[in-house]
Amino acid sequence: MEDLLAARLQMAISLGWHIIFACIGMAMPFLMAFAEWKWMKTKDQVYLDLAKSWSKGVAIFFAVGAVSGTLLSFELGLLWPTFMEHAGPIFGMPFSMEGTAFFLEAIALGVFLYGWDKISPLAHWISGLVVGISGVMSGIFVVAANAWMNSPAGFDFVDGEYINIDPVAAMFNDAWFTQATHMTFAAFASTGFAVAGVHAFMLLRGKKIRFHKEALKIALIFGSIAAFAMPITGDLAAKDVAKRQPAKLAAMEAHYHTSKNAPLILGGIPNDETQEVDYAIEIPGGLSFLAHGDFDAEVIGLDQIPEDERPPTIVVHFAFQIMVGLGVLMMLIGFIYFFMRWRKWDYINNKWWLRILALATPIGFIALEAGWTVTEVGRQPWIIYKVMRTKDALTAMPGIQYSLLTIVVIYTILTLAVIWLMHRQIKSIHEKYNA
Amino acid sequence: MYTELIMIVMGISLVLYMILGGADFGAGIIELFIGDKSNSTVSRAMAPVWEANHMWLIIAVVILFNGFPKAYVILSTNLHIPVLLFLIAIIMRGTAFTFRHYDAYHDKSEKIYSTIFRYSSLLAVFFMGITISAFFSGTIPSDTSGTFTEQYIYTWFNWFAVSVGVFLVTISAYIAGIFLLGEVETEDGYNSIRKFILWIFGLSIISGSSIFISSFVSDLQFHKLFLSHPIPIGAGVFASLIAPYIHKLIQAKKIWTMRIVVGAQMVLIMIGWFIIQWPNLVVFSDGSMLSMYDAAGPVATMKVLFFSLAIGVVVIFPSLYYLFRLFKSEDNLTLD
Repeated sequence: MEDLLAARLQMAISLGWHIIFACIGMAMPFLMAFAEWKWMKTKDQVYLDLAKSWSKGVAIFFAVGAVSGTLLSFELGLLWPTFMEHAGPIFGMPFSMEGTAFFLEAIALGVFLYGWDKISPLAHWISGLVVGISGVMSGIFVVAANAWMNSPAGFDFVDGEYINIDPVAAMFNDAWFTQATHMTFAAFASTGFAVAGVHAFMLLRGKKIRFHKEALKIALIFGSIAAFAMPITGDLAAKDVAKRQPAKLAAMEAHYHTSKNAPLILGGIPNDETQEVDYAIEIPGGLSFLAHGDFDAEVIGLDQIPEDERPPTIVVHFAFQIMVGLGVLMMLIGFIYFFMRWRKWDYINNKWWLRILALATPIGFIALEAGWTVTEVGRQPWIIYKVMRTKDALTAMPGIQYSLLTIVVIYTILTLAVIWLMHRQIKSIHEKYNA
Repeated sequence: MYTELIMIVMGISLVLYMILGGADFGAGIIELFIGDKSNSTVSRAMAPVWEANHMWLIIAVVILFNGFPKAYVILSTNLHIPVLLFLIAIIMRGTAFTFRHYDAYHDKSEKIYSTIFRYSSLLAVFFMGITISAFFSGTIPSDTSGTFTEQYIYTWFNWFAVSVGVFLVTISAYIAGIFLLGEVETEDGYNSIRKFILWIFGLSIISGSSIFISSFVSDLQFHKLFLSHPIPIGAGVFASLIAPYIHKLIQAKKIWTMRIVVGAQMVLIMIGWFIIQWPNLVVFSDGSMLSMYDAAGPVATMKVLFFSLAIGVVVIFPSLYYLFRLFKSEDNLTLD
């Protein structure tokens, strides 16, 4: 395998894997703190059990996220040293802030997990909240660094030299806010749906205990509210992309030809040869409106992008469609949930509803990975948009396919191990309740 | 000025990583040699703080790629292989420790977690030592014209590097031993760790000597640098001379005095190393150096990095103090 492809795959796998643990690490502490808060208010044992069980999940996901994140902080250099040599001093600021946030998260988690009998309930609850807040801060910082790759700022690139470096301007680049908000809500949506799905599955398996019912309600509140925020933050992000990275937007929409009153394309199979999208549904003017807020606005197509600067249309388009499709589905589920709560229906014992939720367990994370693919693949062939190409950032060290193979094997084993461990955690809860 | 200050923060991070992270890695190594007897002590003593102990590495690497990108690039290209092996060991031990600690059931699977935790603890420290050695051994070529072996293999695969790797293993096990002496609950446990410390201390003298011998024999840069500074020699001699005193403290069971003295011993060793290196980050095979000034990013970067670190210090140290005060030397930490 070519080193460039191997390096890109290794990076994609490491990031794609880490992102799941990082997002759970951002959202799950809030679920846990919410349960503890309900316990403090009601003194109902079930909420305390819930806070404790979820906290063990947080501990496991945090630890795995921490080590996979450690790998990433070195991997950036192992695979892309030329990129890091130039980018490090420019976009390093969010990483150094992230170090602090992450450290604080580790400390607060230690206090939360082992401090139940050592500090007052309020102090304990605050430590849980600190875990969540510092987790979200970490996420925002890392995403800000990624946003810089999409929207390089804080330096001048003159004759191959990076001069006038301003790390603060680099951190607060044009894309940081839209990317960070979209990502943060995505973390809550995907985690909320995944947690709700697991508990729905348990209820379906005949474990009709209150523990799962209360868990499901809490998780779905978080997941649904975040799901409603996704199109809003997504719209902001897309308008920003339309302005800054027309190539990415064109690839997302498989928009080959620059045009006014550009249609929004739903589904379909983009064909790079004929420059057409087969079997698609078109909404006239839709793309112009979504990208620029005006049905008659001109949207730049791939035809205006030099051929060697175009991202792979098919991958980006499909990833985008998957993300949007699943996002809409999550909103629909959230809407039904709130409707049923409002009408006071007995939804929690409804088999079909639970089946839908159980099936929806992975959709948040699939949407998350798809969205990440849109951002990352949509930036190609650049590692720093319009400044440095990915292939020019590659390490000189040959034989990357071997390290790729190692990472694949390790992460496969770890994935199975984590699933097995979670299965055992849940099993132990049932034994406790049946005893 | 920012460059020096940042370097000092990095030095402090490395010292703390050496002591706190070292104790953590070392605990796994002790388990490997003493076995299940120490297992519960290690879990109990380490669980609340182990995540925090490893954050120092993250801080150090962020400082490196943000503030000294040229040194980070050398670390990640010429030392690609040992760094990757180190990272794999880090992943294995971190997850194995977590799994062992949080698994809802304590059955046969615990054996698997323990085995992975123990071996990967040893390997992580070993590969870290091998990697670090390359910064002062003078095995990294100053240009990229060499063969694959010269560029990517000999830089870390040599007698000197292996000696440093083994030395670091013994030192971590030693630190962990000293720490765990204060955590064991039985006389029996105390004695088995005490014996282990004697044994591992002997090994650290052998591997430490091997570092010097290999540097002489292979005509590397390390011994030349070491012998040209009076302070590292003094630090090294002093660190060795207080060994009998530490032995006495162990026999008298003076836990906190012992911990402080050993901590000081480690700080001395680290300061000795920093003085040898200062102001250079990398010593190349032809004797030329990459100084921290050559490697440093632009002034604006260093300034921002310094203030980010200052915020970090203000946030982290009080929280860390709180964490340690809450959990140190307490009995019966239970997770329920």
